[in-house]
Amino acid sequence: MGTLNTGPNLAAPDDFYQNLIELHRDLTEAQSALVNAKLILLLANHVGDADVLRAAMAAAREDVVPAT
Amino acid sequence: MKTYTNPVYEYRRPPELTGGPRHCGVVVVGAGPVGLAAAIDLAQREIPVLVLDDDDTVSVGSRAICYAKRTLEILDRLGCGDPIVNKGVCWNVGKVFHGDKLAYQFDLLPEPGHHRPAFVNLQQYHFEECMVRRVDALAPAEIRWRHKVVGVEPEDAKVALRVATPDGDYALTCDWLIVCDGARSPVRHMLGLDTEGQVFRDRFLIADIHMTTDFPTERWFWFDPPFHRNQSALLHRQADDVWRVDFQLGWDADPEEEKKPEKIVPRLRAMLGNDVDFELEWASVYTFQCRRMQQFRHGRVLFAGDAAHLVSPFGARGANSGVQDTDNLVWKLDLVLHGQAPDALLDTYNAERVAAADENILNSTRATDFITPKSAVSRTFRDAVLGLARHHPFARRLVNSGRLSVPRVLADSCLNTPDPDTFSGTMIPGAPAADAPVSGPRGDWLLLHLSRGFSLLAFGDTISGEAAHALAQNPIACGIVQVGGAPRDDRIVIEDKSGLVSARYDGRPGTCYLVRPDQHVCARWRAFDPDAVRDAIARATCNIGRSQRWAH
Repeated sequence: MGTLNTGPNLAAPDDFYQNLIELHRDLTEAQSALVNAKLILLLANHVGDADVLRAAMAAAREDVVPAT
Repeated sequence: MKTYTNPVYEYRRPPELTGGPRHCGVVVVGAGPVGLAAAIDLAQREIPVLVLDDDDTVSVGSRAICYAKRTLEILDRLGCGDPIVNKGVCWNVGKVFHGDKLAYQFDLLPEPGHHRPAFVNLQQYHFEECMVRRVDALAPAEIRWRHKVVGVEPEDAKVALRVATPDGDYALTCDWLIVCDGARSPVRHMLGLDTEGQVFRDRFLIADIHMTTDFPTERWFWFDPPFHRNQSALLHRQADDVWRVDFQLGWDADPEEEKKPEKIVPRLRAMLGNDVDFELEWASVYTFQCRRMQQFRHGRVLFAGDAAHLVSPFGARGANSGVQDTDNLVWKLDLVLHGQAPDALLDTYNAERVAAADENILNSTRATDFITPKSAVSRTFRDAVLGLARHHPFARRLVNSGRLSVPRVLADSCLNTPDPDTFSGTMIPGAPAADAPVSGPRGDWLLLHLSRGFSLLAFGDTISGEAAHALAQNPIACGIVQVGGAPRDDRIVIEDKSGLVSARYDGRPGTCYLVRPDQHVCARWRAFDPDAVRDAIARATCNIGRSQRWAH
């Protein structure tokens, strides 16, 4: 039963961000979507904890309002 | 069809057309797998049963083909296990392909030491023919072919039926009506009852083909195969070299057009290649729904199988859950009919099987959402899972081409006695009793030794002759199945030759399990206590608070 850590936890945040953007270089939108989905699944499995995953999903969805 | 000719069962003019109306204890509507299972179970309990079916043959086309381990164990109790397993094709392995690559392979047989395999595939017509033969061999049961129920009037004390035959209509009354007349259930419509749930916007082509190949006996499922781009496909073996093929077509497909052989054969040719000879036997285009009735019991009318609940075919949860419905219902009806349990016991049929239907619908809906993604992002995640599954074991658990039928664990049933002692393992109150190899008077498997009524599975020789006698004399008798010890004539004694009975039940000398007539565990103890066993039987039959019946 963990809690979602939303405090700073990345040792080199700028490196990580650059890597994330470079991961998508030369990809079409559809390919990028696929890579993102795979990344989410890999990280979700690594986390494992259902409470943390639920909290992360809720945080991701925060402030995003359906268009209609 | 090349490999099968439907039998024509004889219509007989009913005596009621000239004589007066007749009253029956139990009437079953529908001679499909579910109605036939109900009829056999009732007749084996010496309860007269009349089965009414509007047709005069078995299933046209193979329809339900996968029978799960638990269903096979029920069929053993119904006297049909061996003929169905011997005629069918046993399988345990499933393969899931994505594009032209194997994404994932599963083995449904988790461990050795079980009488029955994970699944047997058999065309529904063979299944039904075998069940009809069994019904015909049981004197208290009668099937009336081409007898169509056209009117139903439930009353407080009975149900009145109007039945149409080629020679005219007649009236019947019964104490209990078991409705197993399928997905479209005319009886349900006559009573103005509905089902609630979801319809899926997709169409599938289902076909039986006859071919001789050396393809392995495995379930093969493709997502986005080269021969059928952007859709799914399934190939599965049945008896007599007949194979089931299933093609996802999408919602916009024209069902009439897709049913034509000139449309089907090229699809099959693309799938099977040019070197395989095949012959088309039967084809149909279907859509599916996941929905159920709000209540399966309406007074004296009891619904079972597709009439009560519908799922998609992915997961083989239709006929299997229907047979499990009747397995749950018939022993309860037996006790109520004989005044040994109150009417309220039948409400637990509703509670337990509604919960099972919800579990099946949940699994079926999830599989359908994976097979037919409803949005672009859902499709992306589906493809991501399939892509990862090839290299990463975690993703294989997410691939869902149908979660195949397993019985519901009735853990929240009010018929269970909560554990007073500590146990490990999976045989909790509500679990279907696990099988294990034994040697005993009824053969080499544990489940064959459980009685038609309640059973007390007792580890070690710790129950005295007096206690065994008292259990046998109870208003609701309980047979003792003793694991280990010398033979005694007041109980069945079996030998746990591999140690698997003790292992699967966490059994030690003194451990006792109370098992319901449908082979679900309902109570267990570390030491035998006759009063506790009596109380647990009373609880499992809704007789708690009716203790005067037990003073005897």
